[in-house]
Amino acid sequence: MPDPFPSSAPPIVEIHRVTRQFGNKTALDDLSLAVPRGGVFGLIGGNGAGKTTLIKHVLGMLRAQTGSVRVFGLDPVENPVGTLGRIGYLSEDRDLPNWMRVGELMRYTQAFFPTWDAAYAEELRQAFDLDDNARVKTLSRGQRARAGLLVALAHRPELLVLDEPSSGLDPVVRRDILGAIIRTIADEGRTVLFSSHLLDEVERVADRVAIIHQGRILLTAPMDEIKDSHRRMTLRFGESLDRAPALVGTISCMGRGTEWTYVCSGESEQLRQAAQAMGATVVDDAALSLDEIFVSRIQG
Amino acid sequence: MQIHISATDGIPIYLQIVNQVKYLVAAGRLKAGDELLPIRVLAEQLIVNPNTVARAYRELEGAGLVEKRRTAGTYVSDQGSPLARRERVRILTERIDALLAEARQMDITVDDVVKLVQQRDTALQTSRNQE
Repeated sequence: MPDPFPSSAPPIVEIHRVTRQFGNKTALDDLSLAVPRGGVFGLIGGNGAGKTTLIKHVLGMLRAQTGSVRVFGLDPVENPVGTLGRIGYLSEDRDLPNWMRVGELMRYTQAFFPTWDAAYAEELRQAFDLDDNARVKTLSRGQRARAGLLVALAHRPELLVLDEPSSGLDPVVRRDILGAIIRTIADEGRTVLFSSHLLDEVERVADRVAIIHQGRILLTAPMDEIKDSHRRMTLRFGESLDRAPALVGTISCMGRGTEWTYVCSGESEQLRQAAQAMGATVVDDAALSLDEIFVSRIQG
Repeated sequence: MQIHISATDGIPIYLQIVNQVKYLVAAGRLKAGDELLPIRVLAEQLIVNPNTVARAYRELEGAGLVEKRRTAGTYVSDQGSPLARRERVRILTERIDALLAEARQMDITVDDVVKLVQQRDTALQTSRNQE
């Protein structure tokens, strides 16, 4: 799908025709993706769709078998210092050194990042109610996520990468994490790349979305465009039908007899005209949630 | 300024903000000269993308409901304008449509609905006078 960038600035992440095999399983299949600078980019897909593998390529934890990966214009495998120092990362399993105390974790992480902001780190520690002396291994799941978020944010990274940041967390911690995403991009020019299967969250915070399925990008576009271009339309036909007549841009369709409901992509007006031309009346026309769009795309 | 966002009903989030601010203004809960929350603050409070809030404010400005002042900040415009009145009528129209649809389903005629509206008005006035 052609997808012109909103700005002329080069994308912050550029993945070009990357294929990744694990044994005979294809995790990424000739995948290309560009994440523009600034804003929140939501990567959505089911379990095993390739989200984490994609993120590991961005972080230089996996080398592209074919194709190329560029972050800030650099190869993250060849240039870990030039890339990782500018990235804040929170992994899905939030792997932190268990034997450290929170205060030690902060000082330890600080050593890797010249841009570490000690005052901001302390502000976050207090806001997250983290005890300086608590050992990481004793932290609850929520506090562990907050500690991971703290060390990902405190060096004020240009690119914040979060892999399933909300999975398995209670609503209060989720709110902290999403709030941190909002505050990060409210700082001019910063970029957040996050993967999630909680699509109501993605709909709230992402500017731009890519749907990944079986190692391929099915759709990538600004959120507004995705929302504007998908409708659920229920049509009533003059006579009972065994199967729904084809409507332009249909992604999925269900119904019986004289009433059929289509999920389609296209402008509302255009779709209405197409329906009228088939001799059908539009009895319902509604916008879709990102969740519904995702499901119809995956199953369609 | 109480706004509630739901990401499950399909209505774009910027539009939910626009509609709710319009409602608050039409209901008199936001008055001319009141300042809307700054974009960043509302974005953090609602946990939505700041660009979404900015888009909602732009739409509201375009509709003449709010105005940007030079000292930064977005304020509710004077509602004496015909546009504000039109908006109030629009909100009422939606509610009346819903009422009429329900009445039809219950097999109650429009005339009876009108009578009921007048009865309720009298009842409300009486109770208000007794306060």
